[in-house]
Amino acid sequence: MLYVVVGFLWTSLLIYVLSGGADFGAGIIELFASRINKNKIRAASYRAIGPIWEANHMWLIIAVVVLFVGFPQIYTTVSVYLHIPLVIMLIGIIARGTAFSFRNYDAVQDSMQAIYNRIYVYSSFITPLFLGIICGSAVSRQIDPGALDFYDAYIFDWLNWFSIAVGFFAVFLCGFLASVYLIGEAKDRDIKSVYSRLGRKMSLAMVLFTGMLLWVAHREGIPLTIWILGNKVSLIATALCAISFVFVWIMIAAGNRAGMRVFTVLMVTSLLIAVTYSHFPNVILLKDGHVISLIGSKEGLRTISILGKALLGGSVFILPCLIYLIYTFSGSKDLPGTSEPE
Amino acid sequence: MNDIIAARSQMALSMIFHIVFSCIGMTMPFFMAVANFIYLRTGNPVYKNVTVAWSKGVAIFFATGAVSGTVLSFELGLLWPGFMKEAGPIIGMPFSLEGTAFFIEAIALGFYLYGWQRLNRWFHWMTGLLVGLTGIASGILVVSANSWMNDPAGFDFVQNKFIHVDPYRAMFNKAWFEEALHMSIAAFAATGFAVAGVHAFMILKRKNVEFHSTGFRIAAIFGCIAALLQPFSGDLSARFVAEHQPAKLAAMEAHFKTQKRAPLIIGGIPDVKNKTVKYGLEIPALLSVMVYGDPQAEVTGLDKIPVEKQPPVPVVHYAFQIMVALGMAMLSVSLVYFIALFWRRAWFGHDWIFKLFALLTPFGFIAVESGWIVTEVGRQPWIIQGFMTTAEALTPMPGIKYTFYLFMLVYISLAFTVVFLLYRQIKMVPVKYDRYN
Repeated sequence: MLYVVVGFLWTSLLIYVLSGGADFGAGIIELFASRINKNKIRAASYRAIGPIWEANHMWLIIAVVVLFVGFPQIYTTVSVYLHIPLVIMLIGIIARGTAFSFRNYDAVQDSMQAIYNRIYVYSSFITPLFLGIICGSAVSRQIDPGALDFYDAYIFDWLNWFSIAVGFFAVFLCGFLASVYLIGEAKDRDIKSVYSRLGRKMSLAMVLFTGMLLWVAHREGIPLTIWILGNKVSLIATALCAISFVFVWIMIAAGNRAGMRVFTVLMVTSLLIAVTYSHFPNVILLKDGHVISLIGSKEGLRTISILGKALLGGSVFILPCLIYLIYTFSGSKDLPGTSEPE
Repeated sequence: MNDIIAARSQMALSMIFHIVFSCIGMTMPFFMAVANFIYLRTGNPVYKNVTVAWSKGVAIFFATGAVSGTVLSFELGLLWPGFMKEAGPIIGMPFSLEGTAFFIEAIALGFYLYGWQRLNRWFHWMTGLLVGLTGIASGILVVSANSWMNDPAGFDFVQNKFIHVDPYRAMFNKAWFEEALHMSIAAFAATGFAVAGVHAFMILKRKNVEFHSTGFRIAAIFGCIAALLQPFSGDLSARFVAEHQPAKLAAMEAHFKTQKRAPLIIGGIPDVKNKTVKYGLEIPALLSVMVYGDPQAEVTGLDKIPVEKQPPVPVVHYAFQIMVALGMAMLSVSLVYFIALFWRRAWFGHDWIFKLFALLTPFGFIAVESGWIVTEVGRQPWIIQGFMTTAEALTPMPGIKYTFYLFMLVYISLAFTVVFLLYRQIKMVPVKYDRYN
């Protein structure tokens, strides 16, 4: 059952990166778009994301609940030492979620819209940035439980070049995912090319930050290259990730909607395999060399077995509903999804 | 402000904020589903207009409730890692089931809000009902985690360690039924009275009277039924607290001295130093009767509880008195409403009945907040009653007051924004929802 739970955790992380990532990305590309295109994007992303955005973010909650029920040591260590970036991320989540629904449900359309938009786009940027920073810090031997002063214990474990580079990589990955998703959802050629141009910008930034990450890791003595290239599985996954990335762009050029999505999913999946495989079953690597692993004490096994059953039971209900939701509102249908009756 | 006070304040603030939105998110979908049902059966457009207007409210409240709930799931670890490390695996069951229910709620809400023109109308209605059912289910499940803190079960406590964890027994702890029942009814009463109150206010202003009367009637019926049922559930809760958390009951009642024929003290100012209550109205033997059904029964007072294990008496006593007083006010108005509905229809032709409801708009929510203050502050100094103190659970990170100030700023501005949005929703009723009247 432990592996079922770990599988769930990994899968929810993957789905969250894909769906939640694209969701954050919709705000990020709005931030980087020109003023004229901003308005076009707004309407199109609302149409594509409105019905599913709440569900996209449930995966984070599922992952958090799995962590604190099954692996409390991981949850509490992150909560204690990465308190500050977590708080910033939470403020981002509050700001983004409320601004998104306020701008859609405000009964009066006036200058308040500009405020909601601004909050929405900036928080769309900040939230994944700090999510990335948190993940980067947890896995790269930054957290120091033996630290004696405040700054070492609670600041420099996340405020360092490696974590920040991971954060920016996450931001542009989100932007890239959103562009690819929205190219597929877009109806007219004009808006398609806007997304396509933004997607190119995001891809470029992503590649740039990959290079930066490798350089920073090398400089700080973090064995990133060994993690992603040092064993057969990670090596294949990394190669697959790079190849899929190229194929995404080939498919976009060919206008193949299904193709670009399949390769995007493949790309993110192999990326996640590449970065998690060499660590498994460890999740947190501490500065003093200790690790916090998914395979813990025997004491927690009973809880994990029940948790596994609950997750399996829950997904029997959730998955069909979710698939039907996405199917109902997918862009291939012509009817608009509206919040008004006829 | 020291860290423990800051952390408790931040938690309290987050809960105070979240509970309003979750109550509305849990119950208002039912109001909406009823209006929608009547529209589907009768074709009367007023019901459709009310349904649509309410669904926008539900969307705003659901989004705000969802994000504040996400924040809480992190705050448990950010503020109380000592608690979560031990309690996470024990009370994980209800949390993971709540996650499932909440997920389905989000999906159903997506269908309902955006599916007006895409779905079969009855299927569409069903998704709206499902929002309510899963909402109330997640509320009931999450209360299980809280009731476990009041009545810990499902583990053995050996040498300061929680071992032999049994998540089933933890989830089905003895306090769950009473607490979940009390909270669910409270959610209906608070939301029903708040919604009815807003509509009553608009009726008084003679704006879109047919629209607002329709909304008023549905909300008032829900709220008034709940307000009539609540005293029975409150009685069950009080008996449970008396048995399992005597310190909490003693603080609620400002009951300082253990005695037979214990009096019920209404109102008053507790004087902790001299162990007396000033200016309170004392009814002899009533507390013994209410708790044990016997005037001769002995009720444990604060004198039997060591000082360091006593909750702060005045806060708990005031909060409890406020909750009961507001509950009684709502109960009385509910009786008036049902008399009017069944025997005195003519009363609805007068303003006073709507003025009563408009006045009571915030009562339910103030009562809900007071009730949570009673149960949370009343459990102090414990976070897990009898096993772990709140201080032991606190994060080692210093400077919590700064995050408290930050969250205070965020929540206050959010509260203002939501009120502002609601005001605009109501203002736009003639344009957006009720064009023909």
